[in-house]
Formats: sequence, C-alpha cells, structure tokens
Amino acid sequence: MMKTSDMRMPTLREIGNEAKLLLIGIPVLIWTLIPIYHMFLFAISPKQDAFAGKLWPDHPTLQNFRVVFNQQHYFLRDFWAQFGNSVVIAVAVGALTLIIATLAAFAISRLRVRGGRTVMNLALFTYFIPAAFLAVPMYRTMGTYGLLNNHWALILAMVTIASPYAIWVLKQASDKLPLELDEAAIMDGATPLQLFRMVYLPLMLPSLVAVGTYALLLAWNEYLYAFLLLSKDTEITLPVALGNFLAADDSPWELLMTTGFIYALPPAAVYYAFRRYMVGGLTAGAVKS
Amino acid sequence: MTAITYTSPSDASHPFAARFSTPQVWGIVMLAPYVLVFLAFVVYPISYGLWLARHPASYVALYNDPVFARTVVNTLIFLIIGINVKMLIALFLSGFFVQTRTWIRWLSVLFILPWAVPSIPTILSVRFMFNPEWGVINNLIFKFTAEDGPNWLNDPAIGLTLAILVHIWKSLPFWTLILMTGRLAISADMFEAAEVDGASWWQKFRFITWPSMQMLYITCTLLSMIWTLGDFNSVYLLTGGGPADLTHVLATLGIRYLRLDQLDMAMASIVCAMPLVLPLVYFMMKRLSR
Repeated sequence: MMKTSDMRMPTLREIGNEAKLLLIGIPVLIWTLIPIYHMFLFAISPKQDAFAGKLWPDHPTLQNFRVVFNQQHYFLRDFWAQFGNSVVIAVAVGALTLIIATLAAFAISRLRVRGGRTVMNLALFTYFIPAAFLAVPMYRTMGTYGLLNNHWALILAMVTIASPYAIWVLKQASDKLPLELDEAAIMDGATPLQLFRMVYLPLMLPSLVAVGTYALLLAWNEYLYAFLLLSKDTEITLPVALGNFLAADDSPWELLMTTGFIYALPPAAVYYAFRRYMVGGLTAGAVKS
Repeated sequence: MTAITYTSPSDASHPFAARFSTPQVWGIVMLAPYVLVFLAFVVYPISYGLWLARHPASYVALYNDPVFARTVVNTLIFLIIGINVKMLIALFLSGFFVQTRTWIRWLSVLFILPWAVPSIPTILSVRFMFNPEWGVINNLIFKFTAEDGPNWLNDPAIGLTLAILVHIWKSLPFWTLILMTGRLAISADMFEAAEVDGASWWQKFRFITWPSMQMLYITCTLLSMIWTLGDFNSVYLLTGGGPADLTHVLATLGIRYLRLDQLDMAMASIVCAMPLVLPLVYFMMKRLSR
C-alpha cells in the first residue's frame, strides 16, 4: 500500500471519505425519523401547540397520554377493550401459528411424511399470493362460516397468512439438524413424539422464538383483515380504531398520534428485544441466496 | 380423513405396512392441522372467489370502468418505478451500512425503525404532515413564503408519488438488510486484491460486488414486486384511493368494489392481476424450493 510515501495524502482522503459517509448518513437519519418524530411531537404537544410547526413544543406535556389512558374522548371510549383485543389476537395468532407450523415442519423435515413436499409447495404458493388479494374471498368465506365480527375470524385468517412462511423457515432450520440425532434417538427406542419433544424442540428453540415473534407482530400490525372482519367498536383492534379516527374531519390529531404512538411501542420493543433472533432466523430465510 | 387422502397420494409400489408405519402415521397427524387450515381458509376461499368471477360480463364491466384502467396504470407505475427506485437505493445503502464505523452501527439500529413499527400510525402521521390547512409542511411554506402551499393529497400525481414514497420509507430497511447480508458474504480478499491493483470504486462494484449479488438482487426485486402488489396500507391510508378514485392500485380496488357490494367485480379485478402475479410466484417457487 502507499501509506509510507506521504503522511498527509491518506489522512486527507480519509477525511473526504468520512465526509462522504456523513453526507449519506445524515439524510438517511432525517428521512427515517421524520414521520416518527412528527408523531411523537404531536403526542407530547398540547392541542394549540401541535399545529404550530415547531421542532419542540413550548410546553411539552403528557396530558394526551392521560386522556387516552382514561378514555376521555369520544373516539377513545373503548381504548382499553381495543388494546386488549389486539393483545389477545396477537398472542393467539403467535401461539397457534407456532403450534401448527412446528408440527408441520417436523412432519415434513424429520418424519419425511408422504406428500410433505407437496404441502410445502402449496404453503409456499400461499405465501406468495399477496394477502390483499386473498382478503376479498376470505371476507366472504368468514361470512359463510358465520365467523364475521368474531375474534376467531381474524385469528384464523392471520394464522393462515402467517403459517406458510413459518413452516418454511422452520423446515429450512430443521433440515440443517444432523439426521444422526434422529437415528440415535430411534435406536434408543424413542417414539416420534419423544423425538419431537426431547430432541427437536430444544434444538429448534431460536427458530421457534423467531417464528413466534414474526406471527405475533404480523397479527398486531394487521390492518386490512382486521378492518374487514371485525366491525363492532368493542371488538375491533387498535389499528382499526386508528383508521376510524379518519371518519371525522375534526378528528383530534394529537390524540390519534398519541394512540398511534402507544400502539407502535410494543412491536418496536419486541422487535428490538428479539432482534438477534429476528435477523438471524428470518432475514436469512427470507431470500435464499 | 380428507386431509389424509389429500396429502398422501397412493403409491402402489409400497406395501401397506410401510406406508402406515408409526412415523408416517404421526407425520400425517402432525401435518393435519395445517392441511385443515389450508383447505378451509385457502382452497375454499380461492375456489369460491373464482366461482364468483366466472361471468364474462364482470370483465366487460371492469374493462369499461375508467377507474380500472387508471388503477392498472397506477399499479404498473408503483411496481416498475417504485420498486426499482427502492431496490437501487437499498443496493446503494447496503454498501453504506457495511462500513465499519461505530456511528454507522448506531444509525443502522435507528434505520430499522420504519420496518419495526406498525405502518398505520406512521402513514397517518405522513398524511397529517401533508394536510393542506394544518399540516406542518404547508405551515412551514406559509411561514417562509407567506403563500398557501398546494393541496398535496388532492393531486393524483402527488398522491401516488407520496404513496410510493411511504412504501419506500417502510420497506427500504428490510431490503437494505437483506442486500447487506449479500455484500457481507463476499470475500474481503477480492477487494484487497482489487485495491492493490488500483481499481476504482466503480470497477470494484462492477466486477466484484455486482456479479456476486445480481442473483440476490433480482430475486429481491421480484419478491418485492409480489409483496407490493398486495400493499394495501400505503395507498388506502394515505389517499384512500382518492381524489375521485384516481390513485387506486389493484390491492385497494378489490376492497373498493367489495364496499360497493360488487363482489364479482372485486374478484374479477383480482383475477386480472393473475397474469402478473403467477409468473412471479412461479419464479420465486423455483428459486426457493430447490
């Protein structure tokens, strides 16, 4: 390399390099944060300050949070019920998807069940069909099954959407476990069920965490299906309630943004808490290179 | 029992006992829950939807609906321009984020935020920013120029552009992350060798980075196209398809017909998207199920 000839040249180049990186980094930071900061600013501003276009409110306040938590507004009278619905549905989807996908992945990858490959391909096909296209027939189907306005409609719809990818990620992870493990366990007289419980589940734990989190977040964040399948004010989930704010022209933005901020916090926290698993387990599986 | 016959095509060459050995029985039992879900919530709805879309009259009506033509154009703009711009930026930024600096590592943690938070509140936040009367953008325009800013979302071209930008804002971190894994998989030796030979930045990209990443990049672009076809939120929550139904995309059009109680039209519009979707799906399945 050429560092001995002139001490000044490399440093100048390094400074230029650093400046170039900053020139990319600062716009990226601003671009990323603007919508979120705008939301946060509304949440901590009193109503009259919120529209002034200031970078920081003169009198930051938690009053909006108090109003939301005490349900002191027409739009917020069912806030806690809706929050609870979101939690129940997300947890149910996470758990059900995990159970269904783990069993299916074990059957396909370890027991090599007949037709397993076909099921995997059909599941992958479902994964690639955009969920918005399936929404219309799904809405009618739930009507036929008599499940409309019932939490089970949303739970089952989200399990349907979450499982294909969950099965695929788990199957990929499971295929990597050495086959000798199964053989040794079977030699020792283990039944398939014992194999599943004592060998498979412990070894798959990181992928199971990733898949469970994926399904949980998918259900918590879902808007389209929630707004099609549920309609009663006490039955809907938080995102649908947020969308309903838009129905009125004089909707209280500062409260909408506060509710949105509260709604956005849990998934962000879960994401960052499980980031290690999410990045390892999911992005690696998302696109096989 | 339908589940079992469905998942295990009969195979005469195997004796009965082997076909129903203990692991096989367990396998069928364990696969059954998903197969049931699949039959009840994928096969039945799709068959029902196709049955609803069987009348040629629906397609004629769709063809004559000016909203449909506009929607197809919007969807193509969204896919061809939106996705390619997004993927090029992601490709560029993936090169930025693989730089080893502490501040870049911290920035990458923040950069992932749009992907980690739900899209509804952030899209509504953007919608408020662009509100003509009270939005922060027009407030700033008024402050500095003493003139009223434009009615952003009431202009179909601006509305669609903003919807594309919202989509890019939301999904750029994900694709940047994926392309970063592609870049990190390239051996550092090659770059060192190129450095010694005095290769320029462009030459390094052209002859080292791109050849090892092009397959991943193309796969990502196609996958992103499929997913973006189903991006309902970016358009619906920002413009609601308006003004005058001029910013609909295929994902929102189906819901619009559903709300107008024109179920056959809703399904027909989705069937019309299939020539676009199925080849992409076929390609992706070939890639993934190797």
